Amino acid sequence: MVFIDYYKTLGVSKKATEKEIKSAYRRLARKYHPDLNPDNKEAEQKFKEINEANEVLSDSESRKKYDKHGENWKHGDAQEKAERAYQAQRQSQRHSQHQSQGQSTEQEYSDFFEAMFRGATSGAGKGRGPKFKGQDYNAELNLELTDVYTSQKQVLTVNGSKIRLTIPAGVENGQVIKIAGKGGQGVNGGPAGVLLIKFVISNHTPFKREGNNLYSKVDLDFYTAILGGEITIDTFNSKVKLKIPPETKNESKVKLKGQGFPVYKKEGEFGDLIITYHLKTPSGLSEKEKELFKELQKMSVR
Amino acid sequence: MSQEKFIPTQTLCVQYNIEIAFVEDLQKMGLIQLEVYERKQCIHKDEIGHLEKIIRLHYELKVNLEGIDVVLNLLEKERLMRDELTILRNRLSLYENR
Repeated sequence: MVFIDYYKTLGVSKKATEKEIKSAYRRLARKYHPDLNPDNKEAEQKFKEINEANEVLSDSESRKKYDKHGENWKHGDAQEKAERAYQAQRQSQRHSQHQSQGQSTEQEYSDFFEAMFRGATSGAGKGRGPKFKGQDYNAELNLELTDVYTSQKQVLTVNGSKIRLTIPAGVENGQVIKIAGKGGQGVNGGPAGVLLIKFVISNHTPFKREGNNLYSKVDLDFYTAILGGEITIDTFNSKVKLKIPPETKNESKVKLKGQGFPVYKKEGEFGDLIITYHLKTPSGLSEKEKELFKELQKMSVR
Repeated sequence: MSQEKFIPTQTLCVQYNIEIAFVEDLQKMGLIQLEVYERKQCIHKDEIGHLEKIIRLHYELKVNLEGIDVVLNLLEKERLMRDELTILRNRLSLYENR
């Protein structure tokens, strides 16, 4: 457990007046408030820190105690009592938390604060828990691109509760889905919060994806490109035969309709697969081949 | 309209310890939408999260209603930009070599 310099957290001197502390807190709260910094874990953490600092320094009793023991807080008599009270309270809290499943279990205060002030100050530990509507929960689900090619059922454990979820095919990287009623439970008859699941999709396939379209590069040998022919290529989940027209150029593209990625929540609809041909020039030519190419070169200069 | 979808504003005022006049001011400014259900002024339960945010901005950060309007508009713009950023990041992967 490390000592936390609350004055430093709020950016005020140890001699700061109550008004200066309040003003510093307000200024920082306006900067780091979670409502003003959605999806920003860093700001959320910072807000918790300044809240904690404010809670200690804005309360004259807590501030006195903090100033008295300061960095030597471990040795204070009052501290020992507070720590014992805190341990007892924490045990009972664990018990009640277990009973009220679904409430946020995220830690609001640092261990330093918990050990030094919990049970010792009246105002401490109010937290920012639900007043009526349950808390909204955020979760991240890491999947592979191959996982979201087809719809699939998954069971997620969020805050101890099991949630059955059907992930529709075609979900996008970074997409967030909302599940009503699966957040924290409301209090005093309030509605439950929502569960927000963000999909983080990694792609370890040879295909690149943009929306519903897939892109891939196909190596094409020089002779087939010049004379035309037929090749077999991989689509995302099968193989198809393609006719190569004579004199196909390097980097030319072919669109295969309906061979792309499934369209989100539109069963049976697919995007396109766009193939880019990458011409492979022959190497390690024999003398005979070189001669023939020279002959071709002479003919092309005509 | 089903009952469980609507919460009387009176109940919300008690739960959040706010004045009914504050909720009415929010409606007048177009910051929230109230509906009448069974002759009671109600708010849709999906709107409560939005109302909670306004309450926090007003009571915790001391932002007045005009300021809240500005903040909410800017947050909406930021959300749209973040969505666009996600789309652009996904598109960027097309040009990155693996």
